[in-house]
Amino acid sequence: MRLRRSLLYVPGNMPGMLQNIPVFEADVVMVDLEDAVPLQEKDAARLLARNFLRSYTDRNKEMFVRINGLDTPYALDDLREILPALPDGIRLPKADNPEVVERLDTLLTEHEEHLGLEIGHFKIIPSIESAEGVLNCVQTAVSSPRLVALAFGAEDFTASMEIDRTKTGEELFSARTQIVWAAKAAGLQVIDTIFPDVNDMEALRTETALIKRLGFTGKSLVNPRQIEIIHEVFRPSAKEIEHALEVMDAIKRAREMGTGVISLKGRMVDAPVVTRAARVLKTAIAFGMIDFDLTDEVIHGEK
Amino acid sequence: MAKNSLGREIPAQWRGRTLDPYVDPWNKKPEVLRATRPLVRRHPSDSKLLPSLRAALEKCELRDGMNISTHHHLRNGDLLLNLLVKEMDAMGLKDMGIASSSIHDVHAEIIPYIRKGVITRIETGVNGLIAQMVSKGELKCDIIVRSHGGRARSLVTGEVEVDAAFIAAPCCDVTGNMNGVHGPSACGSLGYAYTDARYAKKVVAVTDNLVRYPAAPISISQSDVDYVVQIESLGDPSKIVSTTTRVTRDPAGLLIAKYASEVIHASGLLRDGFSFQTGAGGTSLAVADNVRRLMAENKVKGSFGCGGITGYFVDMLEEGYFETLFDVQCFDTRAVDSMRRNPCHREISADLYASPFNRGCVANMLDCVILGATEVDVDFNVNVNTESSGYLLHNTGGHCDVAAGAKLAIVVAPSMRGRLPVVRDSVTTVTTPGETVDVIVTERGICVSAKHADLVAELKRRNLPVKDIRQFHEEITRVTGKPRPVEFEDEVVALVEYRDGSIIDVVRKVHE
Repeated sequence: MRLRRSLLYVPGNMPGMLQNIPVFEADVVMVDLEDAVPLQEKDAARLLARNFLRSYTDRNKEMFVRINGLDTPYALDDLREILPALPDGIRLPKADNPEVVERLDTLLTEHEEHLGLEIGHFKIIPSIESAEGVLNCVQTAVSSPRLVALAFGAEDFTASMEIDRTKTGEELFSARTQIVWAAKAAGLQVIDTIFPDVNDMEALRTETALIKRLGFTGKSLVNPRQIEIIHEVFRPSAKEIEHALEVMDAIKRAREMGTGVISLKGRMVDAPVVTRAARVLKTAIAFGMIDFDLTDEVIHGEK
Repeated sequence: MAKNSLGREIPAQWRGRTLDPYVDPWNKKPEVLRATRPLVRRHPSDSKLLPSLRAALEKCELRDGMNISTHHHLRNGDLLLNLLVKEMDAMGLKDMGIASSSIHDVHAEIIPYIRKGVITRIETGVNGLIAQMVSKGELKCDIIVRSHGGRARSLVTGEVEVDAAFIAAPCCDVTGNMNGVHGPSACGSLGYAYTDARYAKKVVAVTDNLVRYPAAPISISQSDVDYVVQIESLGDPSKIVSTTTRVTRDPAGLLIAKYASEVIHASGLLRDGFSFQTGAGGTSLAVADNVRRLMAENKVKGSFGCGGITGYFVDMLEEGYFETLFDVQCFDTRAVDSMRRNPCHREISADLYASPFNRGCVANMLDCVILGATEVDVDFNVNVNTESSGYLLHNTGGHCDVAAGAKLAIVVAPSMRGRLPVVRDSVTTVTTPGETVDVIVTERGICVSAKHADLVAELKRRNLPVKDIRQFHEEITRVTGKPRPVEFEDEVVALVEYRDGSIIDVVRKVHE
């Protein structure tokens, strides 16, 4: 499982920030050519981002590039400059319907053929950021094998809804839920929107805890100072890990007794409980918190 | 011309002084008795009060070629030194030396008097324009950069004779009892002025807040003071202490601070009795913030915090993380306020703080200190005096003193500033020798001195980015490119004294 808890936007037109990309501990950096870059700097940002990606060969994180929308005059130039510098994938804004993703998929395939890369090399994370996008996201989630996650963009979403975004986010609840369902059904990760107030760490923590409970696996962010809190929230607690290990131990004993269900401290342990415990352990392993050999047989039992 | 042990070319003599090239941090020993000052007798009816600075300068019988001193607790709000220099000019004095504890930007006002020959020597480190102009050869003035401990030493040994010390006293009575915690120009500690009060030939208290006898508390006492002068204002209070000192918000600075605090934790020094010093810069404060959190998590009760003191350290004292603060200089209003009301917030002299030549300074008792740098090099030498431009721009402060004293000296710096790498083959100027520096922390990696193999192993175990400093230097220069070296002329415009008085480096005129 590739961790994508924190997806940091870095403006493509700011060399001082680009050069610090290697030091920040985000799981993914998304170099932004879209909203953070004013129109008169689109070409400069493209070149800076390309040059940075070329020089950043010893990569310690996934590199995505947010291109301009496919409905703008910039997107094709973005792809032409950026793809030869080999980002891991593209963050696609305004993925209002599956056709937009399919079109990007075709463009990426053409570039891959031209560059002599394996087809499917470049991944896609589409941004669902309008009412139309939310309604269509079930289809969008299955529109291309390149998809690794669905992402939610609340700033554009609230604009399209003609509503204000609040810190507590009640207005986003339904859209978030729909996107999580679509992603889970398609077997994708799911990335929540940015939290814009970079000085309110407690509200960031509250929002991240909320979206984790809803099922999101990561969050986009605009400032490196937000990384640590997001990682803290997504990190399983020592208590959760301990419980998960107890569950694994209990189910092992159950299977040895020839049953698939057993009681642990007065609560039933069966297959879905084991699956949830396995998810906690997978995350803990990915975080480097425990050393545990979690095979399919451990989770599901021997056939 | 000889090379010192760090390979720096040191002239045999400079301005008539025979120079002693630096050898190592420990072995130079004092070979003199303490300096002294004449005893005097005061009749009970004598008055020390004089009507003006001019009268005081005359009473001190200053002649051409003598030295005066002031302290720098008023920092960029100080008006006193500028007033004194103007008076000395009006008196027709020439070839005077300034042996103050530091020179700041505000003192650029004395530049015309340096040009006129009123001032020809500065026996201390200089911040800002004067030093830059001297580096360029635009101003003739001999500068000897000394650390806080080194300056105290030079007065105590008599290497520097202060003929008249003018001590700005935010609260003072007619006999010269004074403190820094009351009055419109309150600056807190008077730590740098203690040595002047004990060793200057004449001591003048200058105050804008003359109170009824006795001024209390007494930091510097009437038994050391010759004259008292009241003037309208000592300085601009808004520039004396900052109202706020703040933790950085720069993500790279925060990352540096996080790594630095991890290094402290990994070193094993963070246990009951822990002692700590850090500066007032945003990154240093972020380290303090992290250290406080680590102390809370690990239930560690420290012994003392030291150095220039900020509100952050005051909080740590009041919350029980430290039992005592040793304060040689207050950096913000909260520190001044704390010193006024909390007996565990102790004012200490620069001599007690950091002098290498006494019977033991506080710096020797430090577990850990966080220090800054304009440049570091692959031998762990640190520069804080010049910048990569070659210009002398900063005083040393206590840098080399506490690096030598503390068990763990951690230098924090960004790996690059603008387009320039901070990690160099060789620093432009050595302020603090690599022998006394243990760890260099940047946002891209942690470099540990070869003498700490255990620490390296522990940091690696914690998955921290430990890097060999030479490889790290290459890594950074791959990003920045290798800067073209600054060209210098032969002329030496400033000496950089190590704390023991040997010459660790010189500053040469920049070839423009």
